[in-house]
Amino acid sequence: MKKKKQPAEQELGERSFFTRIEPFLYLLPFFLGIAVFTLYPVVNVVLMSFKEGYSHLTRNFTQWGIANYQTVLRDPKFAQAIGNTVKYVVCVVPISTCIAVVVAYLLNQKLRYQALFQTAYFLPMVTSITAVGLAWKLMYNKNFGIINYILSFFGIDKIPWLENAAWSIPALVIFGVWNILPFTIILLLSGLQNIDPQYYTAARVDGSSGTRIFFRITVPLLAPTISLVCIVNTISCFKVFSELYPLFNGKPGPFNNLYTVVYYIRYAMMENRKYGVAAAAALVLFLFIFVFTMIQLALQNRKRKRGV
Amino acid sequence: MNGRRFSRFLIYFFLTLGAIIMLLPFFVMFTSAFKTTQEINKFPPQWLPSHLSLDNFRRAFAMAPFATYFLNSVIVMVCSVGLTTFTTILAAFAFSRLRFPGRNVIFSLLLSLMMIPFEMLIITNYSTIVDLGLWDSIPALILPFTSSIFYTYILKNFFDSVSDSLYWSARIDGSSNWRYLWKVMVPMARPSLMTIILLNALASWNSFMWPMYVISSKENRTLPWGLQVFTTEAGSYPELLMAASTVVVLPVIILFLFARKYIVRGVARGGLKG
Repeated sequence: MKKKKQPAEQELGERSFFTRIEPFLYLLPFFLGIAVFTLYPVVNVVLMSFKEGYSHLTRNFTQWGIANYQTVLRDPKFAQAIGNTVKYVVCVVPISTCIAVVVAYLLNQKLRYQALFQTAYFLPMVTSITAVGLAWKLMYNKNFGIINYILSFFGIDKIPWLENAAWSIPALVIFGVWNILPFTIILLLSGLQNIDPQYYTAARVDGSSGTRIFFRITVPLLAPTISLVCIVNTISCFKVFSELYPLFNGKPGPFNNLYTVVYYIRYAMMENRKYGVAAAAALVLFLFIFVFTMIQLALQNRKRKRGV
Repeated sequence: MNGRRFSRFLIYFFLTLGAIIMLLPFFVMFTSAFKTTQEINKFPPQWLPSHLSLDNFRRAFAMAPFATYFLNSVIVMVCSVGLTTFTTILAAFAFSRLRFPGRNVIFSLLLSLMMIPFEMLIITNYSTIVDLGLWDSIPALILPFTSSIFYTYILKNFFDSVSDSLYWSARIDGSSNWRYLWKVMVPMARPSLMTIILLNALASWNSFMWPMYVISSKENRTLPWGLQVFTTEAGSYPELLMAASTVVVLPVIILFLFARKYIVRGVARGGLKG
């Protein structure tokens, strides 16, 4: 085998012109798309954010500078957007993770109807957020909505979920949790399936109870996956937009009180036509995502080293 | 033994309760699609429609060109999935098997590009589409989505797992790289390709933000964007809105029932979002 391989490799390794350019022919169609729609935009958005007085019609600008960043950071709307986005992240990520840990643990038991349960829990992952959001809007309806009806059994008065500024954040958070839950459960479930069953056998031999096993074995061994899930979800929650759109007819909240960072980018670009400001806001968003991605990579490296 | 049985019962009870909550929005959507406005605006709510008729669907399709939206969504999905799959197969093969200077460096640079959110690229891509004269056209929805670093990464991982000896024996038999890729590698990679194609198709079908930026006229809208515009057109008829939403959601649900394992496996690798 080895004897045969050596001369063949040499023979093929004789780098004719074709063999030398062949890899690039394979890469060409891929790189065409990446170059035009990813690489160039990345460079351009950075440049754009430093162009002052940029006009989207003439493509001219007056000078280089940091005026766009100053505008963004001084804009109360952007402060509101950051505030709302952080609130959303801080609520959705822990709530969804806690629920998902329990559900993933239960789904990981030997159950009948496993396929049925999985289908039910994973379905929101594949359906259009904006379409399902319209059904949620109906459910949140103050007078006829099913949510207020269910709450009425517990003696809770009708809640103006979508009409009141204070209630609009919980409404968005509940929808957001529901939406991100399938993805979270799947990641945690695959984490659970990687836990060595010996741990459970040993615990059972020792006569530990189910709750004890859950808190003493499952949760600690799952911790690396849990932290990873939190980071990944934080990044995706920072980009909250499509959850918001259907709930309030495309407006950010009932009184435009629910601006998020991505909503702000759209507002700066499409309503104000200030591309430079939009670019600066996009870079601020990226900064957040970059920091969390670095934490994610560090966690992943640690996980790999531990061999979990 | 009794305690064990009781805990089994509790597990099923809570899982079923959770499943009902997860499915509730779909239940509301599907049943409301068959109700009348009066049946929707009732308190306490009426769970099921009194009559089953496709009338709401007919009225929704008459009020807005949902047949066109549907067709556009299919065209965009087929084109962008087809093109992406093609570029992904070629690029993954080049990165996995062919040798060229800087291969690993280029690949790690590409991986680092994955963390850049699409939201950041929209500003420039919007201008590019306008410059190309493609604003408000179907190609505007396809062109930005012909290459994917993430899918290339998944497929390259699979290609890497195929043994070297297979490649060299094929080469000794006189097979070109091209032939080897399509006759040996691609058939072997069918499960990975299935996952990639399904994730890509879902992302394309549900895509909302990009069409919102670049499409305005009726004849070029895709389903999710057309549906949101419909909310202003059908504001006072929630049942029509739910009928239209059902049209958007149902094909995906049917797909999911058949291909759950492939989709879940892909998502477990960190896909789908973004």
